[in-house]
Amino acid sequence: MKELLQVSASPHIRAKYYDINQAMRLVIIALIPTLIFSTYLFGIRALIIVLISIITSVVCEAVTQRMLGKEITIADGSAVLTGLLLAFNLPPGVPFWLPIIGSAFAIIFAKQLFGGLGYNFINPALAGRAFLMASWPSAMTKEWLAPINGTLSGIDGITSATPLNLLKNPSNYGDPNIIIKQLNDFTTIKSLFIGKVGGCIGETSALLLLIGGVFLIIIGIVDYRIVIGYLGSFILLALILPTKGSLLFHLFSGGLFLGAFFMATDWVTSPITKKGRWIFGIGCGILTMLIRVWGGYPEGVSYSILLMNVFTPLIDRLTKERIFGEIKKERKK
Amino acid sequence: MAKGFSGGVHPPEEKHTEKTSIEAMPLPKRVYIPFSQHTGKPARPLVEKGAEVKVGTKIGEADGFISSPVHSSISGKVVDIKRHPHPVVGESLCCIIESDNQDEWEQGVKVKQNYESLTREELLQIIKDAGIVGLGGAAFPTYVKLSPPKEKKIDTLIINGCECEPMLTADHRLILEYPMGIIEGARIFQRILDAPRLIFAVEDNKLDAAQILKKEGVEVVILKTKYPQGAEKQLIKAVLNREVPRGGLPMDVGCVVQNVGTAYAAFQAAKYRKPLIDRVVTVTGDGVKEPKNLLVRIGTRAIDVINHCGGYTNPPKKIIFGGPMMGIAQFSEEVPVIKGTSGIIVWTSSPTFQEGPCVRCASCIDVCPMGLMPTEIYKFVQNRNFQEAEKFGALDCIECGCCAFSCPAKIPLVHYIKFGKAEIRRLKQK
Repeated sequence: MKELLQVSASPHIRAKYYDINQAMRLVIIALIPTLIFSTYLFGIRALIIVLISIITSVVCEAVTQRMLGKEITIADGSAVLTGLLLAFNLPPGVPFWLPIIGSAFAIIFAKQLFGGLGYNFINPALAGRAFLMASWPSAMTKEWLAPINGTLSGIDGITSATPLNLLKNPSNYGDPNIIIKQLNDFTTIKSLFIGKVGGCIGETSALLLLIGGVFLIIIGIVDYRIVIGYLGSFILLALILPTKGSLLFHLFSGGLFLGAFFMATDWVTSPITKKGRWIFGIGCGILTMLIRVWGGYPEGVSYSILLMNVFTPLIDRLTKERIFGEIKKERKK
Repeated sequence: MAKGFSGGVHPPEEKHTEKTSIEAMPLPKRVYIPFSQHTGKPARPLVEKGAEVKVGTKIGEADGFISSPVHSSISGKVVDIKRHPHPVVGESLCCIIESDNQDEWEQGVKVKQNYESLTREELLQIIKDAGIVGLGGAAFPTYVKLSPPKEKKIDTLIINGCECEPMLTADHRLILEYPMGIIEGARIFQRILDAPRLIFAVEDNKLDAAQILKKEGVEVVILKTKYPQGAEKQLIKAVLNREVPRGGLPMDVGCVVQNVGTAYAAFQAAKYRKPLIDRVVTVTGDGVKEPKNLLVRIGTRAIDVINHCGGYTNPPKKIIFGGPMMGIAQFSEEVPVIKGTSGIIVWTSSPTFQEGPCVRCASCIDVCPMGLMPTEIYKFVQNRNFQEAEKFGALDCIECGCCAFSCPAKIPLVHYIKFGKAEIRRLKQK
């Protein structure tokens, strides 16, 4: 025999379904319907912002890795995904330099300086968004665009405000009682579900995000525990807490589905234990609703996920898996 | 009534030889019989260079409680006793016997015996003398498993016919072709253990095997096809819903598990006084011209077995002894088949996997049948923090490979954990 036999540790086969690159690509694919819809809804401007954000992300990743003397891994798709998600979290009317700064911050500071893929402790896209919110609050909260063909029924002239803005400060836009009533109206809920409303680039269509998210759960990339924990606790609080919006209004408005399916479930920044993932999801749901009802911002998805990201190491520490054959209380001896 | 355990994976089964009948391989010209084929101390050599041996002649004596005797598998002459490649430990002392082509059996062997009237102690002694070890792969001496301490009452004996490893079909064929022998062997175990209940466990991808056993009137439990269903602790959990405590043995929950092949070997030992000198091996993979289920004499080299199966299709890249999930990749085609060899897999290609960074996806945690956190243990091992690795249950790992199988970053988790286990044990001995 001329050629030597190859030796390696078992197992000698690997699951075919996905590796990291494929997983990233599948998440991006799941978001593409939303991207197409947003381009239709807000015009070509939305697509340009997304592209700027993605290109900046990839370039920053390559440059930082080069400077740190690491292998350049832009092909794994994680930088593309970060850029995409960041853009999805921006209002469609923002100036074009804003996504550049946001992406650069996300990749350089939130990701690469902490060690790159697998080592960042908070979701880079959300960190980028939080950075922009803190630095240019007016650009981040005022640059809403009116969706094409989409208005909240009967609330003329204020179509560019996001539904959650209307809910938070109805008196700014007219008679609060009428506005609240219209917000909870069935036609409004329908618009919200389909996505013909104002909002961030990628958050408006609950329907498309739901389809993409369920697809990712089915193929096993997204963990159902986080999603169910998140939405479950959110729904419960929406029913209990004193809020002017109905349950369906809360469920379909804002970035809830984008956050619950695509941001909270980020592998790196969510807990690894099964119990931990439940706690993480439930925590996100509670914080989101608390911010919506009593917080200063109309929307609480991104901050609640960021907060829970910070708790992730603690949750992992406190919720170790139960080892097979472990006796519950050894103290009895 | 399919039952299960938590975790596990579904690797492609690829059991291409399940319809191929067991075929006895012609005698090899030479056999290389290692003195160490079992868990425990190697056997003490009894023969010297030049000695004449027959089939079944004891050539190595059990050395200590956890050990097992070794027998000649062909008749002929001992040409050498020296170190030779070994499928599990790399290299070990082997008895090399050249065949005289007579296939002459040791006196008293192959003569039908009436074993029904024997006492438990006598049966146990026969199994011990026949050198029978667990044929599922771990090769733990069977008589040790059959002699639990008095205070451990065994209420259930489970005969393991799961064969959850992909590609292997040796146990499956054995059940289909020799069900009576297996059942008789199981009853011998049952008598020795004085266990009231006897259960045969089969996965639901072998319903024909389950059917045959059922027809003979024994209790059969059909389990979901899921890897590693045949792992002892997972099997007990699935069949009886009992959990073997950490660091404990099946007998701590009143159970003993034996492989179907072991039961058949025990039957042959009791009925014909035949020591363990052959076993069924599945020879498969894209590198073998004619995949087969072969009855192979212990000590036959891999290359002889492969040549009997028509030889290689293309130059081999990887030869595995065992299944693709837990088997051991061999560095030489000279390694002999030993008592624990359930399969020989030959591949003409073997992808190498680029190890990426852990992205904390937690699939290893979701699939671990032992409830461990492989990614955490791997990180501790990488940082040489063996104390923490042990706290996270490194020693509970059964090395089934589910974690590494499903890791999207292709991290060889089992490799790291095995290393960690070895280091933990080494540090403890100090």
